Amino acid sequence: MMARATAAIVGPGNIGTDLLAKLQRSEHVDVLYMVGVDPDSGGLERARRLGISATSGGVNWLLDQPELPDLVFEATSARAHLASAPRYAEAGIQAVDLTPAAVGPMVCPPVNLREHLTAPNLNMITCGGQATIPVVRAVSSVTAVPYAEIVASIASRSAGPGTRANIDEFTTTTARAIESIGGAERGKAVIVLNPVDPPMIMRDTVFCAISPDADTGAITESVLAMVAEVARYVPGYALRADPQFDPPAADWGGWARVAVFLEVRGHGDYLPPWAGNLDIMTAAAARVGEVLAVAARPGVIA
Amino acid sequence: MTRDLRITDSTLRDGSHAMAHRFTEAQVRHVVAALDAAGVEVIEVSHGDGLGGSSFNYGFSATDDITLVRAAAAEAVAAKIAVLLLPGVGTVEDLRQAREAGASVARIATHCTEADVSAQHFAAARDLGMETAGFLMLAHRLDPRALAVQARIMVDAGAECVYVVDSAGALVLEEAQTRVRALIGEIGAEAQVGFHGHQNLSLGVANSVLAYQEGATQIDGALCALGAGAGNAPTEVLAATFDRLGVRTGVDVPGVLAAAEEVVRPLIPRLPWMDRASVVQGYAGVYSSFLLHAQRAAERYGVPAHVLLQRAGEAGYVGGQEDMIIDIALQVQRERETAGAAG
Repeated sequence: MMARATAAIVGPGNIGTDLLAKLQRSEHVDVLYMVGVDPDSGGLERARRLGISATSGGVNWLLDQPELPDLVFEATSARAHLASAPRYAEAGIQAVDLTPAAVGPMVCPPVNLREHLTAPNLNMITCGGQATIPVVRAVSSVTAVPYAEIVASIASRSAGPGTRANIDEFTTTTARAIESIGGAERGKAVIVLNPVDPPMIMRDTVFCAISPDADTGAITESVLAMVAEVARYVPGYALRADPQFDPPAADWGGWARVAVFLEVRGHGDYLPPWAGNLDIMTAAAARVGEVLAVAARPGVIA
Repeated sequence: MTRDLRITDSTLRDGSHAMAHRFTEAQVRHVVAALDAAGVEVIEVSHGDGLGGSSFNYGFSATDDITLVRAAAAEAVAAKIAVLLLPGVGTVEDLRQAREAGASVARIATHCTEADVSAQHFAAARDLGMETAGFLMLAHRLDPRALAVQARIMVDAGAECVYVVDSAGALVLEEAQTRVRALIGEIGAEAQVGFHGHQNLSLGVANSVLAYQEGATQIDGALCALGAGAGNAPTEVLAATFDRLGVRTGVDVPGVLAAAEEVVRPLIPRLPWMDRASVVQGYAGVYSSFLLHAQRAAERYGVPAHVLLQRAGEAGYVGGQEDMIIDIALQVQRERETAGAAG
């Protein structure tokens, strides 16, 4: 077996810890470092117990290591990543960014990752984007999509303070990605936080406007294939029902509609299964890491 | 003129649900002119689900929100124009456009447990020089004390008033009273408290009176009750009732009765009513705006609307999750097919 790509995770919080659990199962990525800034961080302690070199010395410590990693996964905040991104780039470390900083191109593994394998910095968009863009793309690859709309419902407990303080960032970033990556002419995104107890599992609904004479059989086939593709790296990603087709309604401007109902159940690595929104981010980031690792090592088969 | 409480009319916002978001510019101008002439000081104009609500999930607006706000602001002589915004649906950018179109009151609505998602919108509203109010929706889902804690978050974020919003028309008398009392206790020294009632259990007006008696100074209504579910507390009935109680609202009773009867009534295709589905909403505590969506899904999938609403209540779905009604309909349809095959 060829050597694995080496990696650091910066940000030992819930996301970083869950990502570490996923990458520990990887045949292609070897996490060497967990980096934080708080010596009392429980995440650093958990990483140490797994035999990872964990430090509260921050990015300065990481960049001082004699062996720099090939990859860095940023699980801190947009502000922290904006400061660190140029330093990673200068050190030749490829960055996978789970924050909203959007320094590099937005990537969704089954849709456009192949176009960005050599980008110095790749952004993971949003949880709602990772859950829904593949479906928008599945529809737009069969027929023109003049408008796509997604509704992401997440458990209140899975929305952290960052998301809450800047919820507009979620809706605008996701809407933009539905257009630029999903292939819809115009995109809209809605997020709803639901506090019900026991917490609800993440749900996503994708609505696409389509021509009344679009090939519904081909759309269904394309959506089913894409859902299976995402489920390869997010095992809890599933359709709630077959795609639903509706003829044009009075207020739809002559367009028909396909509606796709998704459930994202988390893998329960570190985060609980209802936090599918967080799981799909860490699972997609892990997937990006694996694909980058393999791409950088010709001869290895993912 | 001195008044004891201020009525905000939401015919052109909550009523938008009952109109399937089909209000025209001309209709908005007529309603605003009639309300303004009757002395209603604040008139809310937006898609039923707030700015940016026009969508597959909530229904597309026939006329864009901002166009309607601009028409309303142009028509109003004395009244202020308010807009509603649900963080997660609409954005600060929508608010900015509404402000430019002439809106001067921003009402920011969250589910009653999620007040902290409103902070950036209150900050933006204050920066834009707008009067602010917070909406704690489905207020029956939280006990009075916990609701007051959420109201505090909104006031700290910049709300000048926080409403107890009975989105499901589920609060029964004392339940409305104790929530308003708790909010007055927590924020009363710094901000006003409001009440927004629905008619699903026919208590919109009675709850509003109790809210006033507890210290609420802003009360919402809609002409002819035009609104989600069984409709809102009717503005004309609020005005008449408060007048009989000697509570000064500044609203001219004959004028507002004329606005309801002569201006709004003729443009309503179907008056809101306490039918089985909407009573179930009040009874099971279901977001009132789900009503028309449940009726549509019921027709599409051949399952009863009241069953869909009952299930939505049991699942604890909140405002914004209209898509889940289709999901429930598919589930109920499957269950019925399975039962049919077995039987």
